[in-house]
Order: sequence, then structure tokens, then C-alpha cells
Amino acid sequence: MLKFECPYCHCGVDETELVPGGEAHIRREGPGADDEAFEKYLFLRENPVGVHFERWRHAFGCGKWFHVARCTQTMEVFGTYPAQTLEPPRPIQKAVNSRRAG
Amino acid sequence: MQRYSAFSLFSEALRGHTGWERAWRSPEPGGFYDIIIVGAGGHGLATAYYLAKNHAARSIAVLEKGWLGGGNTGRNTTIIRSNYLQDDSAAIYEKARSLYESLSQELNLNLMFSPRGVMMLAQTHHEARGYIRIANANQYQGIETEYIPPSRVKELCPIISIDGPRYPILGALWQPRGGTARHDAVAWGYARACCSLGVDIIENCEVTGINRDAGGVTGVTTTKGDIGCKKLGIVVAGHSGKLASMAGFRLPIESVALQALVSEPVKPCLDVVVMANTVHGYISQSDKGELVIGGGADGYNNYTQRGSFLHIEETVRALVETFPIISRLRMLRQWGGIVDMTGDRSPILSKTPVPGIFVNCGWGTGGFKSIPGSGWAMAELITLGEPGHLAAPFGLERFREGRFIDESVAAGVAH
Repeated sequence: MLKFECPYCHCGVDETELVPGGEAHIRREGPGADDEAFEKYLFLRENPVGVHFERWRHAFGCGKWFHVARCTQTMEVFGTYPAQTLEPPRPIQKAVNSRRAG
Repeated sequence: MQRYSAFSLFSEALRGHTGWERAWRSPEPGGFYDIIIVGAGGHGLATAYYLAKNHAARSIAVLEKGWLGGGNTGRNTTIIRSNYLQDDSAAIYEKARSLYESLSQELNLNLMFSPRGVMMLAQTHHEARGYIRIANANQYQGIETEYIPPSRVKELCPIISIDGPRYPILGALWQPRGGTARHDAVAWGYARACCSLGVDIIENCEVTGINRDAGGVTGVTTTKGDIGCKKLGIVVAGHSGKLASMAGFRLPIESVALQALVSEPVKPCLDVVVMANTVHGYISQSDKGELVIGGGADGYNNYTQRGSFLHIEETVRALVETFPIISRLRMLRQWGGIVDMTGDRSPILSKTPVPGIFVNCGWGTGGFKSIPGSGWAMAELITLGEPGHLAAPFGLERFREGRFIDESVAAGVAH
């Protein structure tokens, strides 16, 4: 069972309370974008073997979307953070780097 | 290659079974092959087999990082069916199903193909309507399926509870020619047949890099050294993205865990395959007597080959509701496989941006049933450099063009 801390409720949350939302930090292309840009936005994913930044929704709680840094190989969780950001915040990046050299 | 027959079994029995050969050779890699297939699962081996058999290719290697058939080929619930809504899917899955019918004879190994019938339960009115539509579509596609009433469901599967409290059974989509097969034997059968056609199957040989120049692919770097090739087929399911990134392109794929479990063995009680898609659970009984159970895939990226307890609970709950008789069975084993999901839940059989590299992936939760058809179509694609009629709709470009083969609506759950 995956367990995260909801960055809004500041409490531990079980997988059963959450709905997964796929890769985080995907930027939507603006009006006038070509097919290639839309393919990238809609379908192409990093799908890494290792650290994955992803979206989750605290569906049976506050209802808000938040982000998680998690390893897809070990299930290790590096931290959670609010979704209103274009890239992982510094403390999260530090937590990842300290435990994943290179 | 030694042929298996009743006579060979009898004569070997007389001399204490000391004369059996290895089922397939275990060669060291050569320096160069015309065609290299990465991945010795069912799809990779079937591709190599049909390349050699249908297209007379003679210089082929299949590279496998672990052992043969040790990935999803050995981790599925062995269901074979072809009752798909979309014509393109129906064509390739029906090709696979029809090849399975005579595959034991062709490969000279008993694959225990058992066309016992596959029943997909309709438990909501929407689902019933959907299945009636699929049955009608299948008529046009030349695939034998029918929509059957609850009374016939009960007749085919007496242990089912058709008037359950939450989701009573309203009918079912019945494909009498669907069924199951022995999954490991499919990999072993193809491996043996490949071997007798001169294909080198190299196990414990992980591809760590893909070499290319301006003209396209030139070979691969592996844990057993560099191997050159003219054409490269990537057939590695969940790990496709990793190989694609070695070659310098991306795939519209996400890898998630799909679980299965088996119960303790019991006396024969279920001689069809039953799938309950509304409540997420499917079940069949193996020849050993174990109930083989599968459910929904996890919703998040995962490479651990373990799934979440949440989904086991969901699956088992659904099946106990549908089959109250199994409520006191104990479960023996549980495992997960890493499935490669595409946006439209249909596979990718395609050329890639790199000349000479072809991919066969994205089978998601439906890989086992499609092995022969997938190999057949992939062999055609690699030989001609262009897809034949089976593979043509499954090109990578469909995601850019918005031309989906949308099976996520028809079978949005594990299938």
C-alpha cells in the first residue's frame, strides 16, 4: 500500500484515498500548436525506471491535486508538494539527489 | 531438432529417458546478424519464428536479458479470445486465435490449447448494450460470438450466482472458440521451432545500448559484447520505453503493474473462462485445479513486478460476490507483470524514426492471446520494411494523427 503525506491536509494518506493522475509537469501547448506538440502533450511520457514525478488527487479527502516524487523501481517516496509549480521544488530535488547520486 | 511423438516417448521410456536432447540450443552470440530481436518472450520468439518460416530469413538472433519466457509470457492468466469491437483489433486477435488452434501440431509441442469458451458477463445495462453491439460487430468480422441470456450463463457455469445483490447478471458475450493455453509452453514451443530453423536464442544477454549511424541502426551493445545487425526489432513490453530512449526516440507508453493470483487446487468446478469487467475480476480453472484469477491494473507507473493489495482485495471481493462458492478458498500465490499501456489501449506495431528499427509493444493487458498474430504481423513488417494489412492500423503515427483504435471504451479494464 502506498502512503503519502497530503501537502494540503498535512496528514498521512493511504492509496485507497487517492486517485493517480500520471506524469506531472507536462506543459500544455498553446493555441496554434501543431500535431507534434499535441502528441507530446497528450501521449508521450517519460515512463522512467527510477524517479518519477507524478500527480495524485486526494479524492476521498480534500479533493486537491498534488505531486509526488517516487521511485518506480523501489517504491521509495521522496516527498510530496502542491501542484501549483512548473518544476519540483528545491527540497524535493535535494531529497532525490541525496538518495540517487547522478 | 528431436521430434516429440508418442513413439519417441515410448522409446525413451525404454531407456530410462536418457536420450532427450536440450529443447533449444544455447549458443554464444555471433558478431553479426541480419535481424536481431530484443526480447525472448512469446512475441519476440513468435516474430523470429515467422521471420524464419514465412519469410525465409536465416540470420536471426533473439536476445534476452533474463531467461526465456520469464517476463509477462509467464505472468499472465493465459486467456485467449478475439471478441473485440474495432475491426483492426478483431483482425489481429482473430488471426492469433486461429493460429493457436493448430499451433501445437505446427510447433510439435503440446501447448494445451483448450478452447473451452470465454464468457464476458454483462452486469449493467450499459455493459449489456455494449456486448450486444460487439456480438453484432463480430458477426460482420466473421468471428463467432453470441450474446446469451442469464439462463444460458447458469447452464454453462453452474457455480455462478446470477442474481447477486449488487450486480445481477443480465447476460453475457460468449465466444465458444476462446479459451486458455499453457503459457510457458507457448514460449518453449516457439523457442524449439526457432532453434530448428537456425535462429540463435541468447539468454542472459542484456542490451545496454543501441548503435546507429546516419543511415540507421548498425547493431547493439550487450553484456556479451557488441553485435551488429541490419534490422532490429524491439519486443520488450514494459521496458520498451527504456530501449526506445537508447535509440533516441520516445514512445506513448506507460508501464504499470497487473496482478494475478491462484487459489489452492480444488476439484473441477469451472470449465469456461469467466470475465466480469464491471466488478474487475476474471477467473478460470487450470488443469491442476487451481483457480487462476486476474483483476484490474494499478493506475500508476511501476516496474517492481508487484502490485497493490488494494487491487487484490477488489478482485477477490468481486469474484466472491459472483461465485459465492469460492469464498473459503485460500490463495496460494500472487504475482505482478509490468504491462505497457498505450493511450488507446491498442498495441504498437510500427516503424520508428530510426531506419531499421521496428517496435512491437503496447499490448498492455492483452499480450498473451495475441502472441501468434503479433509475431506474424511483426515478421511481415520487419521483412518488407512496411506493415502488412494486419499491422498497418497500429503504427506509431496514429497518436499524432488522432487516428486511434479505441479499445479503452470497449474493454477499458484488464483483458
